[in-house]
Amino acid sequence: MSIHPGTAAKRKAPENQAAASAAKVRRRSPTRVNPALYLFPLPAVAVVAFFLVMPTLQAFQYAITDWNGFSAAFNYVGLDNFVRAFTKDSLFTNALTNNLKFVLLVVIAQTIFSLILALLLTKNSRGSILLRALFFFPTILSSVSVAFIWKFIYDPNFGLANSVLRTVGVDGGAYLGNDAQALYWVAITQVWFHSGQMMVVYIAGLQAIPRELYEAAEMDGANKWQQFKSITWPFVAPATSIVVAYTTVQSFKAFDLILGIAGNPPKAALDILSTRIYSTFANSEFGYAAAQSIIFMAMIALVTWLQRRLLRLTPKGD
Amino acid sequence: MLASVSRRAILAIYAVIIIVPLTVVAFGSFKSTQELFAGPFSLPHSLSPDNFAEVVGGQNLGSSFMNSVIVTGISVPLTLFLASLAGYAVSRLKGFMSWAIFGFLVLGMAIPAQANMVPLYVLFGRLGLLDNLAGLILANVVSTLPIAVFILGGFMRTLPKELYEASSIDGSGPWKTYSSIALPLSAPSIAAAAIFLFVIHWNELLYPLLFIQTPGNRTLPLALLSFQGEFQTNYPLLFAGVILASLPVVVAYVFLQRYFVAGITAGASKG
Repeated sequence: MSIHPGTAAKRKAPENQAAASAAKVRRRSPTRVNPALYLFPLPAVAVVAFFLVMPTLQAFQYAITDWNGFSAAFNYVGLDNFVRAFTKDSLFTNALTNNLKFVLLVVIAQTIFSLILALLLTKNSRGSILLRALFFFPTILSSVSVAFIWKFIYDPNFGLANSVLRTVGVDGGAYLGNDAQALYWVAITQVWFHSGQMMVVYIAGLQAIPRELYEAAEMDGANKWQQFKSITWPFVAPATSIVVAYTTVQSFKAFDLILGIAGNPPKAALDILSTRIYSTFANSEFGYAAAQSIIFMAMIALVTWLQRRLLRLTPKGD
Repeated sequence: MLASVSRRAILAIYAVIIIVPLTVVAFGSFKSTQELFAGPFSLPHSLSPDNFAEVVGGQNLGSSFMNSVIVTGISVPLTLFLASLAGYAVSRLKGFMSWAIFGFLVLGMAIPAQANMVPLYVLFGRLGLLDNLAGLILANVVSTLPIAVFILGGFMRTLPKELYEASSIDGSGPWKTYSSIALPLSAPSIAAAAIFLFVIHWNELLYPLLFIQTPGNRTLPLALLSFQGEFQTNYPLLFAGVILASLPVVVAYVFLQRYFVAGITAGASKG
């Protein structure tokens, strides 16, 4: 890819280092490392360096400016953008609150629900395999498609939910039209979208548990709940940390689903960090959008770290 | 007894919650708006393809479909190629360099797309990559390379070193060993990664939304999203669009279901 003339020059330096360290390795190992091997990762390294790492570092630079993205002139404003986000911009703090609420809701609901599904479908019977395939299915759809399907379900006048309720003589709700509830309804959609995927992660964990443990527990007279607590749960703890971590990142980035279900830009009740960053960006406030995106990244890192700490304690607790 | 009844009840209810909306969408794509609202569950009166004709012709979904085919058709193999080259090198190099290259490439998994979209947009603007498919392909490749390297590199490291050594004693260079030994042996993990990437690239929305301005350059998810503004409650048209946008993934899923589960879960459990 001849995207930028600068990359060729940049590649030189690590290559020389590489050759030097290869020389060191040569003495110790019986088969020597062919120097041509260092050419293999170069395209990937160059692409990642130039289009992923560099822009991310640049975001930190933009974040301390008032750049609008187009004019040549801009000022360095220090931490003003960060101060503005947390103290003067109710749209941003609203999106932040919504996002944390959404993540909390989805992580709790999806982790429990996907574990229940997995427990019910662990055995490899024909019916289980068929149901697993069905429950997994929504995961492969695009977020926009899922958003449209659920927009129809939630439509207060013509929607599926209210048509069903009407047939049993109950007045339906406004769902997304009700600002106090809207986020919960989208959380349900998100759980419908991805629980099947997390169920499969759990099934892999559950199937690794040796059967003998349950047989032994049954002989000791342990009931189902005691078996779950002392055998199943410790064994699925690693799967749980995967599910929780993945669900967290996934629900932080529910951008597509929100835009599809709520429109662009979404109303305040459904605005989350990623949609807010996009709106700020679309409003040509590049410096401020970059600052928001750094807060976004920090939030994901913080929440993930917190979960790691909390989850590590859980299995040991009992 | 009670446990088995409640087990069946939970599974049956959830199966209904998945099947019913999908069926209503499939039926609805053949209905008129009035017919849909009169009875969302009823079979369509006729299998008239009017809605599909309108979204394909009138709404440019046909050209968006082709754009999606081109973007996904190039992004997936390109990502796999670059990731397998890097994964191969990582599995053969030793010590610090192997660790450093792998670490550098995989580090990108921690960067969410929204975090660097502003600088990426500026950079793409300077390089003339805005509003064209090449830019989308590049963005797709970059954003998924880290996880592809993680999956493929992780697998290639488990291949027995003796095979490589035997091959180089036979006088094969690294390229020969890569293409005739490492690649064929990695087929399972390449297939898993391919499906994972296919689903991601086919459904990608953020990059088209950021980079594409001309309607003719839209990919399917973006074209679908722009529908929403124009046809607020014309659900039959939205449904026809949903069906069209989902068709390739759904058909592939029906035939390769087992591999989909393996692929997407590889992404989930390693992401």
